[in-house]
Amino acid sequence: MKLFIPNLLANDEAGFWFPSQGSTVAESVDSVYFFILYVCTFFFVLIVGLMVLFMIKYRHRPGVEAEKTVTHNLTLELSWSVIPTLLTIVMFWIGFTSYLDMRTPPASSYEISVVAKKWSWAFKYPNGWIESELHIPKGEDVTLTMASDDVIHSLWIPAFRTKMDVVPGRYTQEWFNATKAGTYPLMCAEYCGQKHSEMVTKVVVHETRGDFDKWLQVASDIHKNKTPVEAGEYFYKSRGCIQCHSLDGVPKNGPSFKELFGKERKFTDGTSTIADANYIRQSILEPQSKIVDGFRPIMPTFKGQLTDQDITAIIAFIKSQK
Amino acid sequence: MATIVDSSNPTSDFPIQYRELNYLNCSKGWKSWFFTLDHKRIGIMYLIGVTCAFFLGGIFAVLLRTELLSPSKVLMGPDAYNQMFTLHGAIMTFLVIIPGVPAAIGNIILPVMLGAKDVAFPRMNLGSFYLWMFGAAFFLAAMVLGGLDTGWTFYTPYSITTSTAVITALLGVFILGFSSIFTGLNFIVTIHTMRPPGMTWFKMPLFLWALYATALIQVLATPVLGITGLLLVVERAFHIGIFDPALGGDPVLFQHFFWFYSHPAVYVMILPAMGVISEVIAVHSRKHIFGYRFIAYSSIAIAIFGFLVWGHHMFVSGQSKMVAVIFSGITFSVSIPSAIKVFNWLTTMYKGSIRFTTAMCYGLAFIFIFSIGGLTGLFLATLATDIHLHDTYFVVAHFHYVMMGSSLVGLFAAIHHWWPKISGKMFNEFWGRIACLGVFLGFNLTFFPQFILGTRGMPRRYYTYLPEFQNLHIMSTMGAYLLGLSSALMAATLIYSVYRGKKAPANPWGGASLEWQCSSPPPHNNFDHPPLAGDPYVMESVVYNEEIGGFVPVECQGDNKESVTASGDKEV
Ligand code: HEM
Ligand SMILES: [Cu+2]
Repeated sequence: MKLFIPNLLANDEAGFWFPSQGSTVAESVDSVYFFILYVCTFFFVLIVGLMVLFMIKYRHRPGVEAEKTVTHNLTLELSWSVIPTLLTIVMFWIGFTSYLDMRTPPASSYEISVVAKKWSWAFKYPNGWIESELHIPKGEDVTLTMASDDVIHSLWIPAFRTKMDVVPGRYTQEWFNATKAGTYPLMCAEYCGQKHSEMVTKVVVHETRGDFDKWLQVASDIHKNKTPVEAGEYFYKSRGCIQCHSLDGVPKNGPSFKELFGKERKFTDGTSTIADANYIRQSILEPQSKIVDGFRPIMPTFKGQLTDQDITAIIAFIKSQK
Repeated sequence: MATIVDSSNPTSDFPIQYRELNYLNCSKGWKSWFFTLDHKRIGIMYLIGVTCAFFLGGIFAVLLRTELLSPSKVLMGPDAYNQMFTLHGAIMTFLVIIPGVPAAIGNIILPVMLGAKDVAFPRMNLGSFYLWMFGAAFFLAAMVLGGLDTGWTFYTPYSITTSTAVITALLGVFILGFSSIFTGLNFIVTIHTMRPPGMTWFKMPLFLWALYATALIQVLATPVLGITGLLLVVERAFHIGIFDPALGGDPVLFQHFFWFYSHPAVYVMILPAMGVISEVIAVHSRKHIFGYRFIAYSSIAIAIFGFLVWGHHMFVSGQSKMVAVIFSGITFSVSIPSAIKVFNWLTTMYKGSIRFTTAMCYGLAFIFIFSIGGLTGLFLATLATDIHLHDTYFVVAHFHYVMMGSSLVGLFAAIHHWWPKISGKMFNEFWGRIACLGVFLGFNLTFFPQFILGTRGMPRRYYTYLPEFQNLHIMSTMGAYLLGLSSALMAATLIYSVYRGKKAPANPWGGASLEWQCSSPPPHNNFDHPPLAGDPYVMESVVYNEEIGGFVPVECQGDNKESVTASGDKEV
């Protein structure tokens, strides 16, 4: 029986219709929604109520013919054209004014740039640190400047009620001001291929700017705070290697990292080489230069996105996959 | 098919030598069907084709819903899922709903309703059917040649980079577009030139107004789809740089082109269904339609406004704020003519004598479902709410309410309303109504939970999802099973009637438009002389006749049976 009772409370503050309100615009979006919902419910009940009433009252009875009534009435028809028109103007207006707020990034805000690619997000913080999760401080205006590496994606944070397409070949922007610390889902809403539905990550809202800065400092100091293998694992996960390279030996879009280091690799052009540090480095920076037999040349380059130190860590990580 | 009318049918009242000749039995053999120029036979072939496509698309739907029973894998992997929802969407849109009411039902009924012998260009009519078949073949070919995983919207640059059979499918769309344009042209010319004496524009049944408005959209909008498809083919094949940002193209331009057709196309889907409902509600309530002119004008208004609102599919695409605001404003204008129609239908029922025939039950289901579909459109037209709802299950629910719930239920209403005319047989009303109830309940159970899924944060085209959404997905899947079973029951009831049904009278429901004046099924040429048309909604002009089990014109009442049947059976 449990299965058929919809889970109403996805988290404690979620309502029947919406997840909890996590940004400054959420409240106005919800109130526009509920205004429309009440108007619609009124008309729906009116329409279906009249329909059911007529169904019962005027159902066919033997010997009783339909009554001849007027076939048009200008006043009636004008009134049911004009009243809905006025209501839709109200809807348009409140939707339009809240929209302007949502789409006008405040002049000074914390800027994070976003690169979307199949099928992961990369959030780049002002100090150059890139992370696959979005971290932001509470109560501060944040603007995302977004670009796509391949196809159209769309960045949606349901709790913030905001969404914007990420279109290759141009920058788009999205801004918000989070009102509650916590963790919320962030997802891709524009169909982008095989793992579209796995292009989901989280937004972590830190209680204060201090907390956030501390997090950023620790995170970006990765080479100091972690062993090379740990750092390598971090890059493996945060830069999207994980999408195509498994650790369990089963090839995905690319070869698995399991027992890769030191093995002989055969390439589509017939040549072969031993997978050593130089080979791995080259595969990361110029992935199209050597394509392993049986795979398609689909890996993007990470040139400029990973430092030498980062790559060394990744090599250490791959080496550790026995 | 040629054996539909069986001379040894025990329920036939007529001895064999008086058996009427009608369009189904006047000639035999497969050639008499495949090369026929008779609009009714062409319409039937369309109907069969559309039904097959519907069941194929339906099987995909059931598989998709089964996959979504759990957030992890149930039946298939993500690639198969992505191809399946694409083909499901593409088949249902291009092969089922767009040709469903206009090409299948319109072809059969339009000339008869006009009191004409055929459409203006019978050869072109047959041609458009073969184009439809040809286009459908390309779709099937795309299915085998690597599938298609772009979504039915073919958004670039994904559609340029995917390795699936995009070009084959686009050629299919291109060919289907011609089929649609030819049907539209044919209808426009037929309505302009072949109305019988007495049928002025404002004496024309509302179904014909709806088909006329639809035909205008088909002729004006479809070429844009064709060209867009061709540009995409060229882009994929020769990498010119029209839509591909890597070559300096603009992917948003593609969306503008695509929706410039596809938004009006949704009115190609819904307008004819609205026309059907105007007929069904009036006839089965035995009432003159209320506000005839408002309904007629609103069809034209929808056709015109429909061209101005495509940008509402692109509120989050990065288009300018100004453009978004303008499109939002205009979008609301489309909702008014739709609202007008709903109120008119209700008022038509007022003080009527409502018979809950299967057709009427579908008509009432239509009003219910269309109200939800139309009203939820307001959330999507409003900018602030659309930002949250765009590309979520709320949208999936909304468009299924409009496309499947309304257009398809409209098609079902049409099939049941005109079935006696088309097949010459009465179907079993009991099973018809059970199927209708099942469709209605199953439909709402499938799609209503999706509104909640959408607002709570479930994006569309997702193969996996967050576990908290599972319960609503399970409800939806159960609904889909019920819906599938009920559609199968509907089909079974209708097919059964072809073999075992009672013979249908000329006018079983008491309609006053011309198609009820010829016999059921109509003779090859529909009418000997163009009948004289009057007001198509004066239901008092016909009365029920016990003996015939159908309605007869008032002036014939009390005469001998000979002259009664003469009104329709002159061909004998
Ligand atoms: C038994 C009835 C149906 C069920 C259960 C059903 C179910 C579905 C499902 C699960 C999807 C995929 C949604 C997603 O992943 O975002 C879908 C998409 C779609 N359906 Fe249906 N559907 C049904 C009938 C119809 C009909 C009759 C039509 C025709 C008008 C239709 C048109 C579409 C379209 C256009 C799409 C979008 C495809 C895309 O995303 O590219 N469906 N449907
Ligand atoms: Cu994506």
